[in-house]
Amino acid sequence: MGMRKVAVVGAGMTKFVRRAQETAKELTWEAAHMALGSCEMTMDDIEAVCFGTAPDAFDGVHLNGEYVSDGAGAWRKPYMRSYVGGGTGVFMPIQGWYHVASGLFDVVMIVAEEKMSSYYPHAQAAFLTIFDHTTERPLKPNLLWIFALEMNRYMTTYGISKEDIAQVAVLHKRNAADHPCALLGDANITLQDVLNSEVLAWPVQRLDVSPVSDGAVAIVLAAEHVAKRITDKPVWIEGVGWHLDTSYWTNRDLAYPRYVEYAARMAYDMAGIKEPRKEIHIAEPYDPFDYKALHHLEGLQLAERGKAPELYSDGTASRTGNMPICPSGGLLGVGNPIAAAGLMKIAELFWQLRGEAGARQVPGQPRRGVAQAWGDLMQVGTVVVMGK
Amino acid sequence: MHERVAIVGVGCTGFRSVTPEQSYKEMVYEAAMRAYNDAGVDPRRDVDSFVTVAEDFHEGTSIFDEYTPDQLGGALKSVHTITGDGLHGIATAYMLIRTGQFDVVAVEGHSKASNIKTLPEVTAYAQDPILNRPLKLNTHFIAGLEMNRYLYETDSTQEQCAAVVVKNKFNALKNPFAPYGANLSIEDVLSGPILSWPLGEREAAQHSDGAVVMVLAAEDKALSLTDKPIWILGTGWNNDSPSLENRDWAHSIYTEEAARMAYRQAGINNPLEAIDIAEVDDLYAYKELQALEALGFCRPGEAGSLTLEGFTSSDSGLPVNVSGGSLGMGNLLEANGLARTLEIVLQLRGEAGPRQIENVNIGLAQSWRGVPTTSGAVLILTN
Repeated sequence: MGMRKVAVVGAGMTKFVRRAQETAKELTWEAAHMALGSCEMTMDDIEAVCFGTAPDAFDGVHLNGEYVSDGAGAWRKPYMRSYVGGGTGVFMPIQGWYHVASGLFDVVMIVAEEKMSSYYPHAQAAFLTIFDHTTERPLKPNLLWIFALEMNRYMTTYGISKEDIAQVAVLHKRNAADHPCALLGDANITLQDVLNSEVLAWPVQRLDVSPVSDGAVAIVLAAEHVAKRITDKPVWIEGVGWHLDTSYWTNRDLAYPRYVEYAARMAYDMAGIKEPRKEIHIAEPYDPFDYKALHHLEGLQLAERGKAPELYSDGTASRTGNMPICPSGGLLGVGNPIAAAGLMKIAELFWQLRGEAGARQVPGQPRRGVAQAWGDLMQVGTVVVMGK
Repeated sequence: MHERVAIVGVGCTGFRSVTPEQSYKEMVYEAAMRAYNDAGVDPRRDVDSFVTVAEDFHEGTSIFDEYTPDQLGGALKSVHTITGDGLHGIATAYMLIRTGQFDVVAVEGHSKASNIKTLPEVTAYAQDPILNRPLKLNTHFIAGLEMNRYLYETDSTQEQCAAVVVKNKFNALKNPFAPYGANLSIEDVLSGPILSWPLGEREAAQHSDGAVVMVLAAEDKALSLTDKPIWILGTGWNNDSPSLENRDWAHSIYTEEAARMAYRQAGINNPLEAIDIAEVDDLYAYKELQALEALGFCRPGEAGSLTLEGFTSSDSGLPVNVSGGSLGMGNLLEANGLARTLEIVLQLRGEAGPRQIENVNIGLAQSWRGVPTTSGAVLILTN
């Protein structure tokens, strides 16, 4: 027997904002409600619920998945929360995929939510607790510093300049100007704006970084026979992949994300993709920092090592280019409520492949896209290939 | 798609109240090596995916999945974490294999409860931060409320709950993994200190440390790996309301729903007839009675008298918690469901030593995630 086909049939998302008035549970409910509305379904049609959010430390709630469960619609339903750190958002459709592909369920609700503003005054302090309690925490590492290490390594290894990298922030933030849910869209931003922004931890500057945000995104997944009844434009999950590297991140060469490569190869194999650069029409690589988009495009085999900046300088990455990158505006432009940000990329591919992305629509009726997220200790890659 | 999935390897460290000489990573490594040896697999070569169960606040580390791959042999492979009980982990591995994309999946759960200095405060932080936390409700206090409501609605008695403790701690004396075995009388249990009336201190499972790893495989692979595959007949999991204010306090609806899902898959209409042995949640003694009723072994209000009559003893109609349960083995946090499953696997393989039950063909494991959750799961296995 072949594999059960799984489709995305509905999607919804809240605005991404710096400090939401709504509680985490309310944000979750709003996104789930919108996703159901988009495919004219109710919770009665949903057989199981999957939920994603990153560390409990943000909310200060132990067993946070249990607490938020009814907001996601999980009352008296099979319910599980999964996580792989920052990779959670793109892992969520993978979790939903195996729920449906296993044959146990036909229709599953997937919600990803993050409320970082509860951590006062700034979520950065919560990140101290992701590090090894014996070897690293005493050094009080800050995420900006470790990203600065990685960015420096990437630049040094391949001779990439700050200008090469800043063009990523410019394109993504300009794209986000067309996204109604975006926090930092800016149609007029220039390379100089990025290069002149405040230095946080060299070479990372303020506009190289995505904003801390609150928000939630939900999608509805359905098995083939149900999906075809719900919509005439199902978007199929063609391939999924995820890989988690060792915890000892200090032993890794930070210049190249091998775990993203392995995750991508797993997803491409499943999708039957042999030549990703020809067969992928839209890419939504994870871009919490601008250099990360480049790093991940190389891991996704969409560019040679050290050559990803060329996709931006020759126009390939533009919304009207040959392979639009982050037409949504990405995390740099739309915002970075961690788990929700990854699922936002899935929702963007859903809208783009259906031709429903409005002002952000990529021309030429794209047929296939890839979304990817990354997280933990520079450690995890999650990849989903979607096609119509 | 792979239709049938089996447990082909199990490994555990044994369970103890404190383990100062071992880190959680060393415990997981030990359990994993035993499971891989039991299954005859090399994790680097043969295991396609790894599922772990963990909660950040129990580990004292945010996004704890970061620290899961190395000791399992899963580095640079497809690993992910479920914030659920071990039975949720098994259900996840079951789903992964059934997709047809994976042949062999490992599941890991552990407890290092002795490392948690402020466990009561941590568990209290699972309550609604807006409505309940200001009331400063202790976790055992909520269990006491639930027990009171259960006794009231079902006409069950404190003696019946105490009989669960007597049985499980006695069973634990025959289990080398169990640190809390004891030969008690009902009076011994009832005369102990009160935690939150009517809940007594001796009716609450104490914590223990340990790790459990299991290896699951698709049918073809399972048959090539072992002569004693333990097949998954059904798995179910469910959440009721997380709110203390609007849930059913007397009945374990989440267990009923999880059981319904699992029984449907297994084609079981009469659980008492079909199932030969059960390992159910007994973090508190009354929870075992509640679980037996929710699982459909008897009607609400009957589990207590059946227990008092000895119907759930090891030599009787339906042996329940022959391992000693959580009262005998200790509360293993996320690994509770794996400890329940471990006993069923050993019994179905005929490897349970002095506590082996004769003629067991179908076994059931059930778990609950503890106060204040309404999250339960059920697994049905056969040999």
